[in-house]
Amino acid sequence: MTVTKEFLKEEREQAWRVDIRKLLKNKERTGFTRVHMGEVDPMERIQSNIEVNTGLTEDEAVNEARRCLDCPDPTCISGCPVEINIPKFIKRIEQGEFLQAAQVLKETSALPAVCGRVCPQEKQCEAKCFYQVKMKKDPVAIGHLERFAADYERESGQISIPEVATANGIKVAVIGSGPAGLTFAGDMAKQGYDVTVFEALHEIGGVLKYGIPEFRLPNSIVDVEINSLKKMGVKFENNFIVGRTATIEDLKEEGFEGFFTGSGAGLPRFMNIPGENYIGILSSNEYLTRVNLMDAANPETDTPIISGKNVAVIGGGNTAMDSVRTAKRLGANRAMIIYRRSMEEMPARVEEIKHAEEEGIEFLTLTNPVEYFADETGRVNKVRVQKMELGEPDASGRRRPVAIEGSEYDIEVDTVVVSVGVSPNPLIPSSLPQLETTRWGTIVVDEEKLQTSIPEMFAGGDIVRGGATVILAMGDGRNAAAAMHKYLQDKLNA
Amino acid sequence: MNRIIEKEFFSENVVRLEIEAPRIAKARRAGHFVIVKVGETGERIPLTIAAADPERGTITLVIQRVGVSSRRITELEVGDELTDLVGPLGEATHIENVGTVLACGGGVGVAPLLPIVEALKKAGNRVITILAARTKDLIILEEQMAKYSDEVIIMTDDGSHGKKGLITDGMKEVMEREQVDEAVVIGPAIMMKFAALTTKEYNVPTVASLNTIMVDGTGMCGACRITVGGKTKFVCVDGPEFDAHQVDFDEMLLRLNGYKEIEKGAEQEYLKSKDK
Repeated sequence: MTVTKEFLKEEREQAWRVDIRKLLKNKERTGFTRVHMGEVDPMERIQSNIEVNTGLTEDEAVNEARRCLDCPDPTCISGCPVEINIPKFIKRIEQGEFLQAAQVLKETSALPAVCGRVCPQEKQCEAKCFYQVKMKKDPVAIGHLERFAADYERESGQISIPEVATANGIKVAVIGSGPAGLTFAGDMAKQGYDVTVFEALHEIGGVLKYGIPEFRLPNSIVDVEINSLKKMGVKFENNFIVGRTATIEDLKEEGFEGFFTGSGAGLPRFMNIPGENYIGILSSNEYLTRVNLMDAANPETDTPIISGKNVAVIGGGNTAMDSVRTAKRLGANRAMIIYRRSMEEMPARVEEIKHAEEEGIEFLTLTNPVEYFADETGRVNKVRVQKMELGEPDASGRRRPVAIEGSEYDIEVDTVVVSVGVSPNPLIPSSLPQLETTRWGTIVVDEEKLQTSIPEMFAGGDIVRGGATVILAMGDGRNAAAAMHKYLQDKLNA
Repeated sequence: MNRIIEKEFFSENVVRLEIEAPRIAKARRAGHFVIVKVGETGERIPLTIAAADPERGTITLVIQRVGVSSRRITELEVGDELTDLVGPLGEATHIENVGTVLACGGGVGVAPLLPIVEALKKAGNRVITILAARTKDLIILEEQMAKYSDEVIIMTDDGSHGKKGLITDGMKEVMEREQVDEAVVIGPAIMMKFAALTTKEYNVPTVASLNTIMVDGTGMCGACRITVGGKTKFVCVDGPEFDAHQVDFDEMLLRLNGYKEIEKGAEQEYLKSKDK
């Protein structure tokens, strides 16, 4: 579903938008400086799971909204995988109509409060902002404003539920309740479909619940977005593994006509180095699932967690940052990132790295683990690392890390979290032999329609991409919904 | 959902529960397991399915009290519901007619062995079953096993029932006596380790069904990883059954103890809170 230029132009010419634009000259607008979102003091925030970013005040939001020039050609929208009408919602904020701003977000995004927090805006909408591209100035803080509008609506208690078309009685199944599945579910519900989301875990939300920590994305915020979907008529079945609890064939017999697989990249990768199965060495998935989904650090729950004092996290992505910052909050004296390239190549968001540094996280870059050692009970007590240097660029375009011979040394650790990537979850592909997959186990789809080799099945998110972001998964959910809608309607009219 | 319709004590610490779960009852095969969680703050634990009745829409689980989570399950009564139940998980047992199969169950491992014995018999095998426990009261499912076995041998450490001795003594006796084509072993990790060493002496291919620590049970966390033939495998999606001669049981035994200290403390706390 591409937002057409004509449609955007029409919207831009509405009287209220024109009036708002006239309030200030562009020169005045560009004279303001970008807002800085408040943060809880690092030493205070590592004592608990309190959200790090505090949000914008109404005045801050309105002032930031004034910076937006409401460009005739809003390039920012092209940077957004779900094509939020960015200038429109920002101008609603400038107008003081915060609830209406939130409604604009919901036209295309099922999870605005989530996106406002976890999207890498600096690489997407904000990277395409006129300020950034043409004026070499700080872009409009689109992400902060998105979060502001979504939070304002939620806190006001006047949450708007998107309009839903008359029920068409067609049942569609969604496999996995992460960002791809939830977005798909919302879009299909809007079109009048009878949508059921099947989730393998006991909680709805996928990676938003088990993966991203409370201090970055509180679970209560995810629950509000899920409730909105429920109000739109979306049904949720937890503890249900499609392919196991029931097969696709069973579900077809129960009347489901379309399927969307957003089952995620579940399988953690390990490095296959000696000693990696010692006690105290765990995947970031396990570490974060214990803490986030099972609330293991809370003494009231039954799930155990080892709160290490010397914690090494292997890897440099967002999940590695989430893990190492979680370790600090669980009481680690020394929480360190061990990453084989340098700071420049680190894939984590700049904001996460900055927050981690403020919280006292150590960064051992150009360093790679080669072996683990344990005490007599099998509990890890040392990691042997090797220094690296950067050589020629590899397939990813980043300079390849090369080991420096004889540079090994040992670091004392009691917990190691391995965060070096994930592989696609094999549960769905293994139960559907006719489903075409790549040799990495991802599902093959038509790039535009996201349709799989089984015509009534569409797929998106990490099960297709292998390991990407929340917003790209959401974009897939949105595109797949549009394509499945067309597919099912064509079938109906054939 | 997940309502308990029957409860039976096999012994003081071993309980059989029959639970309403129509979809799982229909979909499960021998060797599959489920993940169970009791209470909103409960832990997710894996339990192998001991039996299923697709017509009645029920599955049977046999649980031994070893910690807080298993206690919570065994304290549920008929009419109560399991907060969360998901499955069937894991790869089903590969069943074919190989000739003579030696089925060895230790302690509560006898429960998941039952559906395998049943399937092996139905596939036309001669099945010799050995059940082992510390003492008479801990021998479970003897009658049910007899139904699908050509011979049942009981071994107890104290000689209070059947023969006195370890499971490996019974296994040796059978393998000395006749040609065994395959063995299946399920029980405590330490028992499986020695059972596997015993069948190796006689060159009998052996399958072990492993029960490790898990969180999600769907391949996501890797808590259940073990080494098989020098390679890391996930019990939840690659297993739970593996070639017992390739499994690194020593590593598995260490990993099973990963949370022992915390769990012991938690159990004492739990029992104290019950006394109040």
